[in-house]
Amino acid sequence: MSTTEKEILHAGGGGGHHEHHELPFLRKYIFSTDHKTIAKQFMFVSLFFLVVGGALASLMRWQLGFPGQPMPGGGILPDAMMAPTPDGAIMLPEFYNSLVTMHGTIMIFFAIMPLLVGVFGNLLIPLQIGAEDMAFPRLNMASFWLAVPAGILMLASFGVEGGAAGAGWTSYAPLSSSGEWTGVYLGQQLWLASLAVLGFSSLAGAVNYISTVINMRAPGMTWFRIPLATWALFITAILILLAMPILAGALIMLLFDQTIGTAFFRPQYGGEPLLWQHLFWFFGHPEVYILILPAMGITSEVLSNRARKPIFGYHSMVLAIIGIAFLGWIVWGHHMFMSGMNPLLGTSFMISTMAIAVPSAIKVFNWLATLWKADIHFDSPMLHALSFVSMFIIGGLSGIFMASTPVDMYIHDTYFIVAHIHYVLFGGSLFAIFAGITFWFPKMFGRMMNEPLNKVHWALTFVFYNLVFFPMHNLGVQGMMRRIYDFTQYDYLQPLQPMNRFITISAFLLVASQSLFVISFFWSIFKGRKATDNPWDSNTLEWTVPSPPPHGNFAEIPVVYRGPYEYSSPESDRDFLPQTEPPRGMPASAPAPAT
Amino acid sequence: MTTLAATAGRSPMAGMKVYNLKLGMWVFLLSEVMFFTGLIGSYIILRFAHPDHFAEPGVVLNVPLTAFNTFVLICSSVTMVKAFAAIEQGDQKGLKRWLLATIILGTFFVGVQVVEYTVLSHEGFVPMADAYHAIGRGNPETGPAIGGPLYGATFYTMTGFHGTHVTIGVLCLWFTLWRATKGAYTANSYGGVEIMGLYWHFVDLVWIILFTIVYLI
Amino acid sequence: MNWSWMLPEGFSTVSGDIDFIYYVILWITGVIFVGTEALLIYFLVRYRHVEGRKAAFHHGSTRVEVVWTMIPLFIVIGLGIMSKGVWDRVKREVPPGGLGYIVTARQFEWNTTYPGPDGALGTADDFSTLNALHAPVGRPIVLTLRAEDVLHSFFIPEFRIKQDAVPGRDITVWFEATQPGEYTLGCAELCGIGHTTMNGAVTIYTAADYQAWAATQSAQ
Repeated sequence: MSTTEKEILHAGGGGGHHEHHELPFLRKYIFSTDHKTIAKQFMFVSLFFLVVGGALASLMRWQLGFPGQPMPGGGILPDAMMAPTPDGAIMLPEFYNSLVTMHGTIMIFFAIMPLLVGVFGNLLIPLQIGAEDMAFPRLNMASFWLAVPAGILMLASFGVEGGAAGAGWTSYAPLSSSGEWTGVYLGQQLWLASLAVLGFSSLAGAVNYISTVINMRAPGMTWFRIPLATWALFITAILILLAMPILAGALIMLLFDQTIGTAFFRPQYGGEPLLWQHLFWFFGHPEVYILILPAMGITSEVLSNRARKPIFGYHSMVLAIIGIAFLGWIVWGHHMFMSGMNPLLGTSFMISTMAIAVPSAIKVFNWLATLWKADIHFDSPMLHALSFVSMFIIGGLSGIFMASTPVDMYIHDTYFIVAHIHYVLFGGSLFAIFAGITFWFPKMFGRMMNEPLNKVHWALTFVFYNLVFFPMHNLGVQGMMRRIYDFTQYDYLQPLQPMNRFITISAFLLVASQSLFVISFFWSIFKGRKATDNPWDSNTLEWTVPSPPPHGNFAEIPVVYRGPYEYSSPESDRDFLPQTEPPRGMPASAPAPAT
Repeated sequence: MTTLAATAGRSPMAGMKVYNLKLGMWVFLLSEVMFFTGLIGSYIILRFAHPDHFAEPGVVLNVPLTAFNTFVLICSSVTMVKAFAAIEQGDQKGLKRWLLATIILGTFFVGVQVVEYTVLSHEGFVPMADAYHAIGRGNPETGPAIGGPLYGATFYTMTGFHGTHVTIGVLCLWFTLWRATKGAYTANSYGGVEIMGLYWHFVDLVWIILFTIVYLI
Repeated sequence: MNWSWMLPEGFSTVSGDIDFIYYVILWITGVIFVGTEALLIYFLVRYRHVEGRKAAFHHGSTRVEVVWTMIPLFIVIGLGIMSKGVWDRVKREVPPGGLGYIVTARQFEWNTTYPGPDGALGTADDFSTLNALHAPVGRPIVLTLRAEDVLHSFFIPEFRIKQDAVPGRDITVWFEATQPGEYTLGCAELCGIGHTTMNGAVTIYTAADYQAWAATQSAQ
C-alpha cells in the first residue's frame, strides 16, 4: 500500500497492528522509542536537575543570608569555590557568580523545560489525540538521548579550571565573551556547547510534536476538541521550533568570539554588545512563554476535572494561548529598556508588553469562572493547580510594574524582577508541574500516589515558597540589586540584612519540604494503590486505556464525539462524559461525525 | 487487526493530508529558516552599524567564481528534481544516476568553497579579529586593510554554516543513493527521496539569498 | 527593617513622577490582587464538593469575556500613556543649562571626569574622582556614560535613574538633584567578580559649596 495509506492506518491508533516480541531490557527501558517510556526518562532526569538547581539556590541563599560567614560543611568544596579560613570555608565571589548563572540555567533548561515539554509533551500528546505513538518515535528517542550529554556537559563545567559559567544565565557579552573578564574559560564554553546540544534535543521534540498533532489525530478529534494541555504543548512546540534556532545562532557567535577570536560582541574590535542582547532576548522571551504555556494547559485540565465543570470559554482559552504565543515575539525589548537601546524602541516594546497582559488576564478570569458554581474536589492535583492560578496572578501583576518603562528604571536588575521571575516560574510552572505529576502519576505508573503525604508536601511548599519570594518584591522596591555577592557593601542596603536572613531560612525549609515529594514519589511507585483506567473520572482519551497504557496505546482506533470538558453534562448519568462515549441512541460502530 | 476498509467512512483527521515524513521535513525546514534568519539578520544589523567594516562587492570576495558556484548548485537542484521525477515513474536506474549527479555537483560546490576560503585567508581575510588584514583581490602583498574584522566574522559564519548544511546534504544524498541500491524506493513509496529533495532545494534557496546579500550587495 | 511597599524617598526632579506611576500601578494591581484572590477563596469555599449538588453545566459567555478583555486593555493603555510622557522626559529630553561630566565605568570602579574651571571637557584642566560623583543641587547634570571593558549599569536609587554603560558607546544620562546630601552610586549589571564592590558616593552640594569643592579639586 502507498505511504499515505500506511500513515492513515497508523494515524488513529491500531495498536494491535504490531506483533510484539518481548523487547530486551536495553531496547525497552534505555533506548526506547515508546513515548511513554521517554516521558518517564525525561521525568527522572529532570527531577534530578530540579534537585541540583535547588541545591545551587540554597548555596546562594547561604551567602545572602549570612554574607561572608563560614558555611557549615563548606570545606568539602574546592578552594576555588570556598576560600579556606581558620574559621571555616567562606564562599568566593567567583563561585557566587557561577551559582547565580548555573541555578538559572539548570532550572530553566534542564528542569522546568524538560519537565513541561519533555515529560508532559511526550506523555500526553499521543494519548490525548488518540494516536499510537509520536509521528517519529526514533527521533523522539534521539531527543532524549541528546538531552543527556547536554546535561553532563553542563554539570562537568563545575569541575574544570576556572569553574562553571559565571556571566548569568543571560550570558551578556562582552562579559561572557572572554575569560579575562570573568575568570571563567572552559566553563563558559562548556555552557555554550551544552545549550547547543540541548537545542537539537528540543528541536527534534518540536518537529515531532507539531507533526503528530497535525497529522495523527483520531477520527472526530477536530482542532477544537483537542484538550487544552495538548493545545498548549502544540503551540509551545511551534515556539521552540522558531526560537531555538535564534539562540543557536547567538551561541555560535559567542562561542566563536571566545574560541576563534571573532569580534561579534567585542567592542574593541567593532563588535556590538547589544546584538547579543537582541538575539538572546528574541529567543528569550518566547522561551519564557515556552515555560508557562504548558503549565497553563495542565492547569486547565486539572481545574476542569477536579471542579467537575467545563472549562469556561474553551475557544477563548485556545485563542489566548495563540495570542500569548504570537505577541510573545514582539516584546523582547522589555528586557532591554536600560540597555542603551533607542528610547523610541523602548516605548514600542512597552506598548506590546502591556498588550500581552490582556490574554493572560483572560485566562485567569476564565479559570476563576470555571470554579464558579462548580463542584470542587480538593485533591493534591487540584491544590497545586489552584496554587498555579493564585500565584500566577501575583506574578502577572508584578509584570505590569516592569512593563512601565519609567518604573523599570528603578526596579530593573533588582530583586523585584527576581520576585516576578519566581512567581511565574515556581508559583506558576513548578506548581503546575506538581499538579501534572500528581494527576497523571496513576496513568504513568499504574499506581495512585500517597495522597496525605502529597497534601502535606503541598501545604509546606506553598507556605515556605511565599515566605521566600514575596518579600523579594520589597527588597527590590528598597533598591537591592540582582546577582550581588555581598549587598552589605552598600550602606543603604544594610537594613535589608534581617529580611535576607529570613528568606534564607525559609528557603532551606522550602528545599527540605521537597523531600516529602521525593518520598511520596518513590513510595507510590512501589507501594501505591493500583490505579484503575480512570481514577479521576476524566473525559480525555488517555483515561480510556489501562494505567499504564500498553505499547501502541489503543487496541482500536478511538472515535471522538465531543469536546474534552463535558463535566456534569445533563446527557450523562455520571458527572463526566468521555470524549469517546457514543451519544445516546447512536450505535458504537456508526461513522464518525464530519471533520 | 484494522484494515483500511474497516476505517472507511471514519476518516482519520489527517490534518493537511500530507504524510508524516513530508510534514516533518517542512516543519524542520521552518526551523532552518529561523536559523539562517538569525545569522543573516545579525549580518545586516552589523553592516548598518559598522559600514566601515565591510567593502563593495568584488573588492575582497571573488564574485565570478562564486557566481559560477551558484550556477553549479542550481544545476544540482535540477538533477535532484530529475531524480525525484525518475522514481515517481519507477525508474530505478534514473533515480540512482541523477542522485549521483547531484552528489557530484554538491561536492564540487563544497570543494570550490574550500578553495575560496583558502585563497581568501591568504589574502588576509580571516574571521579572527586581531589577525584580520584583508588586502583585497589582486592587490599587492601588503597594503591597508580593506574593511574590518566584522566582515570576516560574518562572512565565514554565514557561508560556513551554509557549507556545513550542503555537506550534510551530500552525506544524506549518499545515504539515499545507498538505500536506492537496496531497492528501498518504488513508484508507490518514495518519501525518502522527496524529503531529500525538499532539504536540498532549501539549501539551494538559502544560498541564492546568501549570495545576493553577501556577494552582490 | 525597612522593607515596605513604599519607595524610599526620592531626591531628583523626576523621582516624583516615577514614584507616582509606581503608586498608581501599586493601587491598581493591589485592588485586582485582593479582588481576584478573594473571589478565588470565596469560590473555593462556596462551591466545594457537597454530596448531592452537581456543578453547573456552563461553557462560557462571550459577552462576559468581552468585558473582561476590554477592562484590562483600557487599564494597560492608560498606564502606557502615563508612562510614555515620563520616559520621554528622562531618556529623550535633556534639559538645557546642564553641567556636563564624563562617567567611565570599568571593572570595578567608577571614574567621574569634571570639566574644570574652563567649563569644557577634554581640556588640560579636567580632573577626576574615583568612585565618587560631586554635583551641585538644582542644576541638570548631564553625564556621558562610558564603559571600558564590559557592561555596567549606572544606578542612583535615590534619583531613580539607571542606565547601562556599554563599551564602545557614549550614552547620555542626566539628573537634577533636589536636595543636598549623600547618595548612593551602584552598579546594577553583573560585571564580574568584583561587581558587588562597585559602589560609590554621590555628593550633592549647594551651589556655593560646590564651587568651593571644585576649586580645591582644580588646585590639585
